[in-house]
Amino acid sequence: MPADLQSGGASITLRGLTKHYGDAVAVAGIDLEARPGEFLTFLGPSGSGKTTTLNMIAGFIDVTAGELLIDGQAVHSLPPHKRDIGMVFQQYALFPHMTVAENVAYPLKQRKVEKGERGRLVTAALAAVGLDGYDARRPSELSGGQQQRVALARAIVYSPQVLLMDEPLGALDRKLRDTLQLEIKRIHAELGTTFVYVTHDQEEALALSDRIAVFNAGRIEQVGTAEELYDAPETVFCAQFLGESTLLQGTARPDGGATLVEGPGVRVHAGRGHHSAGAAAVVVRPERITLVPATDDAPAGNAVRGRVTEDVYLGNGRKLQIELPDGSAGTVRETAAARSACRSGDEVWLTFSADDAVVLPDDGASAPTAPVAAGAAA
Amino acid sequence: MSAPTVTDGATRASVPAAPRKPKRRVGRGLLWAFSALVAFWLVAPALVVIPLSFTDKQSLAFPPTGWSTRWYENFFSDPTWAASLWSSIQVGLLTTVVATVVGTAAALGLARLGPRGQTLARGALMAPIIVPVIVVAVGTYALFLRFRLLGTLPGFVAAHTVLALPFVIIPVSASLAGLDRRLQDAAAICGANRWAVLRQITLPLVAPGILSGALFAFVTSFDEVVISLFIQSPYLRTLPVQMYGSITRDTDPTIAAAATMILVITTSLVVVASAVALRRIKHAR
Amino acid sequence: MSVSASPPLPAAAAPPPGRTRRGLRNGSLFLPAAVLLAAFFLAPLAVMVVRAFTDPQTGLQNFSWFFGDAVQVDVLIRTFRTALIVTVVCALLAYPYAYLMTVVGPLGLAVLTLLVLVPFWTSLMVRTFAWVILLQDTGVVNDVLGFFGLGPVQLIRTTTGVVIGMSQILLPFMVMPLYAVMRGIDRRLLQASSGLGAKPLTTFVKVWLPLSLPGLAAGALMVFISSLGFYVTPALLGSPDTALVSQQIFTQVNGLLEWGRGGAMGVIVLVMTLVLLAVSAGALRLLGGQRPEGRA
Repeated sequence: MPADLQSGGASITLRGLTKHYGDAVAVAGIDLEARPGEFLTFLGPSGSGKTTTLNMIAGFIDVTAGELLIDGQAVHSLPPHKRDIGMVFQQYALFPHMTVAENVAYPLKQRKVEKGERGRLVTAALAAVGLDGYDARRPSELSGGQQQRVALARAIVYSPQVLLMDEPLGALDRKLRDTLQLEIKRIHAELGTTFVYVTHDQEEALALSDRIAVFNAGRIEQVGTAEELYDAPETVFCAQFLGESTLLQGTARPDGGATLVEGPGVRVHAGRGHHSAGAAAVVVRPERITLVPATDDAPAGNAVRGRVTEDVYLGNGRKLQIELPDGSAGTVRETAAARSACRSGDEVWLTFSADDAVVLPDDGASAPTAPVAAGAAA
Repeated sequence: MSAPTVTDGATRASVPAAPRKPKRRVGRGLLWAFSALVAFWLVAPALVVIPLSFTDKQSLAFPPTGWSTRWYENFFSDPTWAASLWSSIQVGLLTTVVATVVGTAAALGLARLGPRGQTLARGALMAPIIVPVIVVAVGTYALFLRFRLLGTLPGFVAAHTVLALPFVIIPVSASLAGLDRRLQDAAAICGANRWAVLRQITLPLVAPGILSGALFAFVTSFDEVVISLFIQSPYLRTLPVQMYGSITRDTDPTIAAAATMILVITTSLVVVASAVALRRIKHAR
Repeated sequence: MSVSASPPLPAAAAPPPGRTRRGLRNGSLFLPAAVLLAAFFLAPLAVMVVRAFTDPQTGLQNFSWFFGDAVQVDVLIRTFRTALIVTVVCALLAYPYAYLMTVVGPLGLAVLTLLVLVPFWTSLMVRTFAWVILLQDTGVVNDVLGFFGLGPVQLIRTTTGVVIGMSQILLPFMVMPLYAVMRGIDRRLLQASSGLGAKPLTTFVKVWLPLSLPGLAAGALMVFISSLGFYVTPALLGSPDTALVSQQIFTQVNGLLEWGRGGAMGVIVLVMTLVLLAVSAGALRLLGGQRPEGRA
């Protein structure tokens, strides 16, 4: 990547950022900081406020209350064209009446960049996205993936310090998404620009991000690295939205160094989490659970009774659905090397270490029927 | 506006997919025959006017028995006819410019309103189509009399522009509706201010709609009679007004020559406008 | 913005969150159109209304003159009757035509559409002139009638002539909404009806006709309203004896300089138009159809 396109990223600070539409609250006071050069992803279901927040950063939507700072400068009153931000849209948003080169040159023209310099930068940007030689084409002559590359070139050609991406791969098929994910990651590494990336696809978020902000109902549930979010979810929503989990509900009280959670058919110790009194949910990730046939005696340590309802062979292992004592469903994954003998219909013990159990306040957001973990990482 | 283009041959549709029912075939045949009569009735006027303009006699008898172009020569050598054509072209072009600019701006404003405001504003802007022209004409006459606008170019242009506005707003609004709003956002984030977005992105992309609006505006002005009858003066009289006077006074085929020229001008403009509008729709897909 | 002076905490210096950016300049976009409409459409209407009530004196004398004068009432009735006949003629001619448009192939549709659209945009003046030629006492229509041993019939300077001309000119207003609605009718309903054993006529009356009614209503409204205010065609194809309201308005204002009386008649036409529009809008909403659209 030529040095011309490198930018050095800016920080983005949201303070109490709020958006109301009449009585409806789209974004309910968000505090967040994107560090310079960071790849930050807004992850959440549709309607969670992530796109609205992105559009407020871009300046397409007015802020109802709160502040928005880029590199310490308040920008929430500036129109989009004065914010010096780059953006890639889901539906590419290429100008259909211009060639590829004209599209990429467009932001340079607005900045009155001299013609020779402009040509050099356009060539560099197109090379950076792997589209050398496509200058004279029209957007309508390109495939979806190529169009998105042009859009990316147009967004980086003027070296903005911040690049926003609104589900840029949402309109592409799976294979293309994987390829472009790698390219986006490479370009981010080479440019040093701060990326803010919106997606509802958790795999994409995990693959790309330095940190992920999980959005739900207009708020941020948690911000952290992929590992933090997976291993130490702070809310039940996070635990369920990002990856699979088994949820055990009950009442918490301190017990020695750990927390004891007791509910119907549940009596477990959780070694992690910051909640030690009142309604609680214990979260355990599927690969942390070991199944023991119920014919055996109750094992020592954490053990919960359940019945295998489904048993899916995945080649490199198995995925089992377990009906828990309260009727809710739990998920267990076994690697091929550590397969148990349990099959569909078997009564089992779910055993796990207290260190793998995270206790969280049970805010009622987790109806037993709502495990959202769709196509979790295979 | 759904102007047609011919895509494939054969009027095979007249042979419907039910040959087992001869009764239905007869019905379809009757339907075609009836519609052909209606169609003939629709185009009959044009079929009369054009041959009549080439008659060699000083009478409006139809069909003509001999041919000449003398009535065209007469049209251009007669100062009143020639002047009225020139007036119509002047008024038409100025109306086109004003109505296109004002109507396009209004269509842009409409596109930014919420659904409620849009219904309201659209209703107001379309009102000149609904209200009987004679009613507007009388009021305009009174007003122009008072402000000495009778028989003036600005007066004609203003009166015609109001009538032409809806015919600009309709196609431009249709074009805008087909425009991806994100393109304007994309341009803005690239650093274009509102004016640059309008000039470099929005207007080029809705240009076909604006072009058909402009053509319809010209045709509207070029054809307008009722208001023009009221606000004319001996110094400024448009071609349709001159024709109106001529029909009631003379029996001179020059009027047929005038009518033929109007026919040719407006029809070709409308065909172009429709073709442009249609190409835009196809292009958008 | 004075932010750069205090880099670490510019919060205090930041202006309040932006006003609605998009809302700001709509006004200026509408302004020229609004001014033009106000000056050359609303103001004329207002002047006419004011004249109707104040010329020569303030009061209702112009209206009592109109409704008290048998001639004027006759004109009003004739105007309504003519508009009604024109509407019925247009409906009868346009309905089969529009139906044919929905069943033909692309080429047929193209031709049929063109045949409606081109006359629609052909100068009113030219078409009226053509009808003057066609309908004159020694005109083509009488020649044809004579060939069949009929006539001659006086057509020009009669209400019949006016109806023929006006129907031809207004037919596209009926065809277009009818076609728009008929095109949207789900043909499977017809198949379902005949599949259930209904005779074609029953299917037409019970299924097709009600579904196409919104188009018929919209077209009828457009034709009727346009007929009420028609001037050029009745003036040239009719005679003073067959005058319609618009001709009377012209005579009163342009000929007799009776501004108040002309204005009063204008107000009457305007009110009738608006009442018709309001009533039909309500009726159409009840029917669940679309609202009538303008041309195009």
